[in-house]
Amino acid sequence: MAHDLAQVSATARVTREDGLLRRVARNLFPFVVVGAIWEAVAHAGLFPPRFFPPLEAIAAVFARLTISGVLPHHALDTLARLTAGFALAALVGVTIGILMGRSRRAEDILLPLVSIGAPIPGLAYAPLFLLWFGPGNVSAVALVAFVSTFPIIYNSWTGVKAVKDIWVRSAQAMGANDRRLFRHVILPGALPYIMTGLRLGLAQAWRILVGIEMLAAVSWGLGWLIFGAQEFLNTDVMLAGIVVIALIGLTLEKLVFERLEEFTVVRWGMLTS
Amino acid sequence: MTADRAKLQHYLALRRGAFTIIAVLALYQAVARSGHFAPALMPPLGAVAHTLWDSLLDGTMIEHAAFTLYRVLSGFGLAVFIGLPLGVLMGRFRAVENFVLPLASALMPIPSLAWIPILILWFGLGNPVTILVVFYAALFPMLLNTWSGVRAVNPLWLRAAGAMGANEHALFWKVIIPGASPFIIAGLRQSFLRAWVAVIGAEMLAASDWGLGWVIFDAKEFLNTDVMLSSLVVIGFIGFVSERLVFGSIERATIYRWGMARAAKT
Repeated sequence: MAHDLAQVSATARVTREDGLLRRVARNLFPFVVVGAIWEAVAHAGLFPPRFFPPLEAIAAVFARLTISGVLPHHALDTLARLTAGFALAALVGVTIGILMGRSRRAEDILLPLVSIGAPIPGLAYAPLFLLWFGPGNVSAVALVAFVSTFPIIYNSWTGVKAVKDIWVRSAQAMGANDRRLFRHVILPGALPYIMTGLRLGLAQAWRILVGIEMLAAVSWGLGWLIFGAQEFLNTDVMLAGIVVIALIGLTLEKLVFERLEEFTVVRWGMLTS
Repeated sequence: MTADRAKLQHYLALRRGAFTIIAVLALYQAVARSGHFAPALMPPLGAVAHTLWDSLLDGTMIEHAAFTLYRVLSGFGLAVFIGLPLGVLMGRFRAVENFVLPLASALMPIPSLAWIPILILWFGLGNPVTILVVFYAALFPMLLNTWSGVRAVNPLWLRAAGAMGANEHALFWKVIIPGASPFIIAGLRQSFLRAWVAVIGAEMLAASDWGLGWVIFDAKEFLNTDVMLSSLVVIGFIGFVSERLVFGSIERATIYRWGMARAAKT
């Protein structure tokens, strides 16, 4: 399941042998082609510019909304929801996952619930959450947390199970107590899996948050911005919103997790970068 | 561990699992019956089962499920139809890779649901929007998994087949496709999972009058929580069947038989 996230960075390695300038040019080229096609279609007058705005109009809206602070406000609200929901999910998910990995009883009790809940798409719960918690932030954050907990639980559980028995036993033979065993053997051993789980959880939270914002009638947020702009046929605003969403998504993937991995897993020698 | 002992362990785990589920259902029932919450928000299990049974009997639930399946399979099929060949081309030709990969990595982090409002403006409410959203969600896992599968084919196998006189055609069908199959199957599975999530969201936002996602969302307006919960049961059931039965048997029929299973596990 983790394939798709790891692959994009794999190409960076392949192309590193060329010069920086050539690399930038090569990565930019497809965007120039697509942009040129878009411009040609937009200016050809096949579709009304309301529905198919040229790139300069999108850029103008983007600049105007950024300077007036509307776009940053929407983006910050979305990020706050993502952070709150994901932090909740990480806390609950890692705890439950480790508990399931360490205790046979917890595994027997929780695994059936996890395997029933996981395959139902998170958004399907959205109306239920809206009914129970009312529209607004509580529902949105709760649902994001709920959805992203599953991959975190599953991977933390697998990670603890994957810690080699011989490490545990040799640590015990050397006189490690439970706390040291956990802190110095089980946690570092399970960490590559936990990181994968967090990564998948964050990706899932991100994919679903925009949809939730459209459904939950929150007052700010990128999903709401796009959805609200539809009423007024502001295609340029919608596309500017999508650009921000893409930028945040890329940043999450490239910066947050690659950094976090360098600081923990790679530094402890559990994975080579 | 002997086979008997393993069987006993399995049986015990199964029994404890069933016990958990019964306990949770009983807890739900107790809370629902306690009268602290309105029955409109938390209907007892009997009412949910009754609604589910009725809607299955008169065929409405089946029709909703059929619409959802039609949308998800069209979008998923389209994604496979485009993603698979494109992924193979990316793996085989550097130029295609250089062109497609930057676009894919820029588009992939955009959640498919973010496109719904624009697509509604362009195509109006209905099937085209849902199918396109499903297609967008399913395309990238398919594309990237196929691409890395083709790249992961052991070059030694290619040279060995070449030395034994395989032509391009044979090389492709007898070496590259089986070699990449664990990745391709993982891609299919992941794509379908994404497609399944996307179709429910898309139906909530863009479907007009049929579909499991639409039922749930529509039921909210009328506080029909029993309808919502019974539709959730159907969604979970379809998800479970497709994941375990369909993809499980595809895996058995292909990569296990070809002896590629160990590669799939990594």
